[in-house]
Amino acid sequence: MGKLTARQRILELLDNDSFHEYDLFVEHGVHDFGMDKKVLYGDGVITGTGTIFGAPVCIYAQDFTVAGGSLGLMHARKITKIMDHALKMKMPIIGINDSGGARIQEGVASLAGYGEIFYRNTIASGIIPQLSVILGPCAGGAVYSPALTDFVFVVENISKMFITGPNVIKTVLGEDISMEDLGGAKVHAEITGNAHFYAQSEAECFEQIKKLISFIPWSNKQKAEKIEPKEPAFDKRIEDIIPSDAKEPYDVRDIIKSVVDDSDFFEIQELFAGNIVIGFGRMNGETVGFVANQPMVLAGVLDCDSSDKAARFIRFCDSFNIPIITFEDMPGYLPGVDQEHAGVIRHGAKVLYAYSEATVPKITVILRKAYGGGYIAMNSRHLGADFMFAWPSAEIAVMGPEGAANIIFRKEIMEAEDQNAMRQEKVKEYIEKFANPYVAASKGYIDSVIEPTETRTLLLHALEVSKNKEEIRPEKKHGLPPF
Amino acid sequence: MDENKNIEDYNLVEFVVTARKYKTTLTKKYQQRQKWEKPVIGQIKSFLPGTVMSLCVEKGQKVKEGELILEQEAMKMLNQITAPISGIVTEIYVEVGQKVPKNFLMIEIK
Repeated sequence: MGKLTARQRILELLDNDSFHEYDLFVEHGVHDFGMDKKVLYGDGVITGTGTIFGAPVCIYAQDFTVAGGSLGLMHARKITKIMDHALKMKMPIIGINDSGGARIQEGVASLAGYGEIFYRNTIASGIIPQLSVILGPCAGGAVYSPALTDFVFVVENISKMFITGPNVIKTVLGEDISMEDLGGAKVHAEITGNAHFYAQSEAECFEQIKKLISFIPWSNKQKAEKIEPKEPAFDKRIEDIIPSDAKEPYDVRDIIKSVVDDSDFFEIQELFAGNIVIGFGRMNGETVGFVANQPMVLAGVLDCDSSDKAARFIRFCDSFNIPIITFEDMPGYLPGVDQEHAGVIRHGAKVLYAYSEATVPKITVILRKAYGGGYIAMNSRHLGADFMFAWPSAEIAVMGPEGAANIIFRKEIMEAEDQNAMRQEKVKEYIEKFANPYVAASKGYIDSVIEPTETRTLLLHALEVSKNKEEIRPEKKHGLPPF
Repeated sequence: MDENKNIEDYNLVEFVVTARKYKTTLTKKYQQRQKWEKPVIGQIKSFLPGTVMSLCVEKGQKVKEGELILEQEAMKMLNQITAPISGIVTEIYVEVGQKVPKNFLMIEIK
């Protein structure tokens, strides 16, 4: 697979003739270990500003052809300078990472360099969007800057990320694993969740970056650019997508595509924790973040990974003034020792925290199942949803009808001559009484029960009404989300 | 999940959440998850990957709870492993100098 040079990457990504380079003449000034005889052009990193579809961005690209893109103090200082610039001027920063790691000849100075970058990643978090593009190996300290940023892009066969590489693992553990299997693009896109976008080539990766930039604002002081509104152009009818049997799956992205402008849904972390779907779309020309349970994968349950995925996305949307629309159809949390021991309690709590904390417009549509803790977690009225809609097919209940009937009517079922028949009858009774949207609507937890075909109209209305939403919270230094 | 595929093209399985079975697909990560096993008291497993540096007991030997049974070098530290219970060493699965991964069964005491 072809790797471009650092400069080519910048030029491919930015609008034509928009790149202005900074700090071309920076020198490392190190004398130890024969470094005084080494000239490292630009100290191994190219920095500057430019535009993407007219949006201003700060950018840096590590140059693997100069001392393996290794990070020395001046290399780091060039990066922190452009980061400071991005934070002051309120524009997104894009980092293209392709580096062998710390420059060993510079010792602790190169570690200082990393630390100064991490510090700025943290300070800039939630103020300007930060994008990391992994276009080469990224080991040890080099992976932490990407991990602190908002979106990480990886490319098949090119991107590698790990804390300790295959050599160390082999020496210490005797485990033989390739770079690709340990921390290749697919691993991070599918297993670890460290990557948000996965591409087959650098060209595809750059298209993804451009598209993302088009959906998000330049800073937390702004809204994303509004574009010409378009009606959805989807070939399925929204009312025909969901099977009436709550046990049958469907692709929830079809619902999103039925309501967004031009049916253009830009999915994030598509390969990771597929039981929840997140991404951006536009409603009446303006960016909206979508969170949706996916019945096609693990029946749409919440688990550790899907909770992390959704919570982080919700916080991004909230930081950057992007309203959130939630489509709910979930049977509950994933049962299992592995989940409990992996901390599904604290991971699941992140979703509660993120939704409750968010002050952007929050709209929920309950499509079908909304059971138990999942009903509360998926942006319920109780966590501060501004609008709660439910389709007539919605089942809002403490648990699935079978489980509930087994508990409530245990005595009747046990004493019946034909236990199975009695159980079926009681399940039916429970469904009629509780597994519908009208009990919740009677208490005001649901604002209205709507026809599927009305969904887009009502979402547009809800977004319009919440344009000037203001929610004042008690002042604090910061909260303590269950990290 | 491939956008161009129909629902019927997927390998749908029955998946139990509480008392109901749903038709759905499984993720690679879910399928590869480790099944939980009840730990057996007296089975001494390595808590870190490393090298066995010395064996202080022999097969058939009586040991007391807290007695040193082996030393393992892991993460550049020499770790002393002691008997979790009093009993008899029934099996030794490692030799001095052997590299062991994490959770490797090294010694059994009954």
